[in-house]
Amino acid sequence: MTGATTVCLAGLVVAGLLCVARLVAGPTVPDRIVALDTLLFVIAAGVAVAAARTGEGTYLAILVVVSLLGFVGTVTAAKFVERRQP
Amino acid sequence: MSAFLDLLAATLMLLGVALAVVAGVGLLRFPDLYSRMHAATKPSTLGLLLVLAGAALQLADPGDAAALLLVAAFQLVTAPVAAHMVGRASYRAGTPGTRTASIDELRDVVEREAREQREEDGE
Repeated sequence: MTGATTVCLAGLVVAGLLCVARLVAGPTVPDRIVALDTLLFVIAAGVAVAAARTGEGTYLAILVVVSLLGFVGTVTAAKFVERRQP
Repeated sequence: MSAFLDLLAATLMLLGVALAVVAGVGLLRFPDLYSRMHAATKPSTLGLLLVLAGAALQLADPGDAAALLLVAAFQLVTAPVAAHMVGRASYRAGTPGTRTASIDELRDVVEREAREQREEDGE
Protein backbone atom coordinates (compact mmCIF):
# COMPACT_ATOMS: atom_id res chain seq x y z
CA MET A 1 0.00 0.00 0.00
CA THR A 2 2.85 2.37 0.85
CA GLY A 3 4.33 1.81 -2.62
CA ALA A 4 1.08 2.76 -4.33
CA THR A 5 0.69 5.89 -2.22
CA THR A 6 4.29 6.87 -2.99
CA VAL A 7 3.54 6.66 -6.72
CA CYS A 8 0.35 8.68 -6.11
CA LEU A 9 2.20 11.41 -4.22
CA ALA A 10 4.89 11.58 -6.91
CA GLY A 11 2.21 11.95 -9.59
CA LEU A 12 0.53 14.70 -7.59
CA VAL A 13 3.84 16.55 -7.27
CA VAL A 14 4.18 16.45 -11.08
CA ALA A 15 0.58 17.69 -11.51
CA GLY A 16 1.17 20.45 -8.97
CA LEU A 17 4.33 21.61 -10.72
CA LEU A 18 2.46 21.75 -14.05
CA CYS A 19 -0.21 23.91 -12.37
CA VAL A 20 2.46 26.21 -10.92
CA ALA A 21 4.03 26.54 -14.38
CA ARG A 22 0.70 27.74 -15.80
CA LEU A 23 0.23 29.99 -12.75
CA VAL A 24 3.56 31.68 -13.45
CA ALA A 25 3.12 31.80 -17.25
CA GLY A 26 -0.38 33.31 -17.14
CA PRO A 27 -0.89 35.18 -19.43
CA THR A 28 -4.34 36.41 -18.30
CA VAL A 29 -5.89 36.59 -14.83
CA PRO A 30 -8.53 33.89 -15.59
CA ASP A 31 -5.69 31.54 -16.61
CA ARG A 32 -4.16 32.03 -13.18
CA ILE A 33 -7.53 31.51 -11.47
CA VAL A 34 -8.00 28.18 -13.25
CA ALA A 35 -4.42 27.17 -12.42
CA LEU A 36 -4.91 27.99 -8.72
CA ASP A 37 -8.21 26.11 -8.64
CA THR A 38 -6.54 23.04 -10.15
CA LEU A 39 -3.61 23.41 -7.73
CA LEU A 40 -6.03 23.35 -4.78
CA PHE A 41 -7.63 20.20 -6.20
CA VAL A 42 -4.17 18.61 -6.39
CA ILE A 43 -3.48 19.63 -2.77
CA ALA A 44 -6.82 18.15 -1.64
CA ALA A 45 -6.00 14.89 -3.44
CA GLY A 46 -2.56 14.91 -1.77
CA VAL A 47 -4.10 15.29 1.70
CA ALA A 48 -6.49 12.40 0.98
CA VAL A 49 -3.62 10.17 -0.22
CA ALA A 50 -1.57 11.09 2.86
CA ALA A 51 -4.50 10.16 5.12
CA ALA A 52 -4.80 6.81 3.32
CA ARG A 53 -1.03 6.26 3.63
CA THR A 54 -0.90 6.80 7.39
CA GLY A 55 -4.39 5.49 8.14
CA GLU A 56 -5.01 8.53 10.32
CA GLY A 57 -8.07 10.74 10.00
CA THR A 58 -6.45 13.79 11.60
CA TYR A 59 -5.76 15.46 8.25
CA LEU A 60 -9.32 15.30 7.02
CA ALA A 61 -10.34 18.62 8.57
CA ILE A 62 -7.71 20.24 6.32
CA LEU A 63 -9.40 18.57 3.35
CA VAL A 64 -12.75 20.22 4.15
CA VAL A 65 -11.05 23.61 4.59
CA VAL A 66 -9.08 23.31 1.33
CA SER A 67 -12.15 22.40 -0.69
CA LEU A 68 -14.14 25.30 0.84
CA LEU A 69 -11.26 27.70 0.24
CA GLY A 70 -10.99 26.63 -3.40
CA PHE A 71 -14.63 27.37 -4.11
CA VAL A 72 -14.82 30.71 -2.28
CA GLY A 73 -11.52 31.94 -3.71
CA THR A 74 -12.37 30.98 -7.28
CA VAL A 75 -15.82 32.59 -7.21
CA THR A 76 -14.47 35.78 -5.61
CA ALA A 77 -11.68 36.12 -8.15
CA ALA A 78 -14.12 35.42 -11.03
CA LYS A 79 -16.43 38.17 -9.78
CA PHE A 80 -13.46 40.50 -9.59
CA VAL A 81 -12.52 39.76 -13.21
CA GLU A 82 -16.10 40.31 -14.37
CA ARG A 83 -16.52 43.65 -12.59
CA ARG A 84 -13.16 45.12 -13.56
CA GLN A 85 -14.09 45.67 -17.22
CA PRO A 86 -17.11 47.93 -17.91
CA MET B 1 -10.52 -9.63 1.52
CA SER B 2 -8.16 -7.07 2.97
CA ALA B 3 -5.71 -7.56 0.12
CA PHE B 4 -8.54 -7.09 -2.34
CA LEU B 5 -9.61 -3.85 -0.64
CA ASP B 6 -5.99 -2.62 -0.70
CA LEU B 7 -5.76 -3.35 -4.41
CA LEU B 8 -9.08 -1.63 -5.10
CA ALA B 9 -8.07 1.44 -3.07
CA ALA B 10 -4.68 1.66 -4.79
CA THR B 11 -6.31 1.35 -8.23
CA LEU B 12 -8.86 4.08 -7.47
CA MET B 13 -6.22 6.45 -6.10
CA LEU B 14 -3.85 5.83 -9.02
CA LEU B 15 -6.66 6.51 -11.51
CA GLY B 16 -7.50 9.75 -9.72
CA VAL B 17 -3.86 10.83 -9.70
CA ALA B 18 -3.55 9.97 -13.40
CA LEU B 19 -6.47 12.32 -14.05
CA ALA B 20 -4.74 15.03 -12.00
CA VAL B 21 -1.58 14.68 -14.11
CA VAL B 22 -3.67 14.82 -17.31
CA ALA B 23 -5.30 18.01 -15.97
CA GLY B 24 -1.87 19.53 -15.33
CA VAL B 25 -0.59 18.61 -18.80
CA GLY B 26 -3.72 20.00 -20.44
CA LEU B 27 -3.47 23.16 -18.40
CA LEU B 28 0.06 23.72 -19.62
CA ARG B 29 -0.24 22.59 -23.23
CA PHE B 30 -3.62 23.84 -24.47
CA PRO B 31 -3.58 27.12 -26.41
CA ASP B 32 -6.29 29.28 -24.78
CA LEU B 33 -8.24 29.71 -21.57
CA TYR B 34 -11.40 27.85 -22.55
CA SER B 35 -9.64 24.70 -23.73
CA ARG B 36 -7.46 24.83 -20.60
CA MET B 37 -10.61 24.97 -18.49
CA HIS B 38 -11.97 22.02 -20.46
CA ALA B 39 -8.89 20.01 -19.48
CA ALA B 40 -8.60 21.23 -15.90
CA THR B 41 -12.15 21.27 -14.53
CA LYS B 42 -13.30 17.75 -15.35
CA PRO B 43 -10.63 15.93 -13.32
CA SER B 44 -11.38 18.19 -10.37
CA THR B 45 -14.68 16.32 -9.88
CA LEU B 46 -14.02 12.77 -11.12
CA GLY B 47 -10.36 12.69 -10.10
CA LEU B 48 -11.00 13.90 -6.57
CA LEU B 49 -13.97 11.51 -6.22
CA LEU B 50 -11.74 8.56 -7.21
CA VAL B 51 -8.97 9.58 -4.80
CA LEU B 52 -11.47 10.12 -1.96
CA ALA B 53 -13.11 6.73 -2.63
CA GLY B 54 -9.71 5.05 -2.51
CA ALA B 55 -8.79 6.86 0.71
CA ALA B 56 -12.14 5.98 2.31
CA LEU B 57 -11.42 2.28 1.73
CA GLN B 58 -8.15 2.62 3.66
CA LEU B 59 -9.47 4.45 6.71
CA ALA B 60 -10.76 2.25 9.52
CA ASP B 61 -12.91 4.82 11.32
CA PRO B 62 -16.41 5.31 9.73
CA GLY B 63 -16.34 8.96 10.91
CA ASP B 64 -13.34 9.61 8.67
CA ALA B 65 -15.16 8.12 5.70
CA ALA B 66 -18.10 10.41 6.52
CA ALA B 67 -15.79 13.45 6.35
CA LEU B 68 -14.55 12.24 2.95
CA LEU B 69 -18.18 11.83 1.81
CA LEU B 70 -18.86 15.42 2.87
CA VAL B 71 -15.91 16.69 0.86
CA ALA B 72 -16.99 14.62 -2.17
CA ALA B 73 -20.56 15.97 -2.03
CA PHE B 74 -19.29 19.51 -1.62
CA GLN B 75 -16.90 19.15 -4.54
CA LEU B 76 -19.68 17.76 -6.78
CA VAL B 77 -21.81 20.83 -6.06
CA THR B 78 -19.15 23.54 -6.15
CA ALA B 79 -16.71 22.54 -8.92
CA PRO B 80 -19.18 23.01 -11.82
CA VAL B 81 -20.45 26.28 -10.32
CA ALA B 82 -16.93 27.66 -9.93
CA ALA B 83 -15.95 26.60 -13.47
CA HIS B 84 -19.11 28.17 -14.88
CA MET B 85 -18.43 31.44 -13.08
CA VAL B 86 -14.82 31.61 -14.28
CA GLY B 87 -15.89 30.90 -17.87
CA ARG B 88 -18.69 33.47 -17.78
CA ALA B 89 -16.57 36.15 -16.13
CA SER B 90 -13.62 35.73 -18.49
CA TYR B 91 -15.83 35.71 -21.60
CA ARG B 92 -17.49 38.95 -20.51
CA ALA B 93 -14.10 40.45 -19.61
CA GLY B 94 -13.05 39.84 -23.22
CA THR B 95 -10.55 37.01 -22.77
CA PRO B 96 -9.70 35.83 -26.29
CA GLY B 97 -10.62 32.30 -27.40
CA THR B 98 -8.77 30.12 -29.87
CA ARG B 99 -8.28 31.46 -33.39
CA THR B 100 -9.49 28.24 -34.97
CA ALA B 101 -12.97 28.38 -33.41
CA SER B 102 -15.45 29.35 -36.12
CA ILE B 103 -18.77 29.79 -34.24
CA ASP B 104 -19.38 32.08 -31.26
CA GLU B 105 -23.08 31.85 -30.39
CA LEU B 106 -22.70 33.64 -27.09
CA ARG B 107 -21.47 36.90 -28.67
CA ASP B 108 -24.91 37.86 -30.06
CA VAL B 109 -26.53 37.37 -26.65
CA VAL B 110 -23.89 39.40 -24.80
CA GLU B 111 -24.01 42.20 -27.39
CA ARG B 112 -27.82 42.35 -27.24
CA GLU B 113 -27.70 42.52 -23.45
CA ALA B 114 -25.19 45.36 -23.61
CA ARG B 115 -27.32 47.23 -26.17
CA GLU B 116 -30.47 46.90 -24.06
CA GLN B 117 -28.53 48.08 -21.04
CA ARG B 118 -27.33 51.17 -22.94
CA GLU B 119 -30.88 51.96 -24.10
CA GLU B 120 -32.16 51.69 -20.55
CA ASP B 121 -29.44 54.02 -19.35
CA GLY B 122 -30.18 56.47 -22.18
CA GLU B 123 -33.91 56.82 -21.42
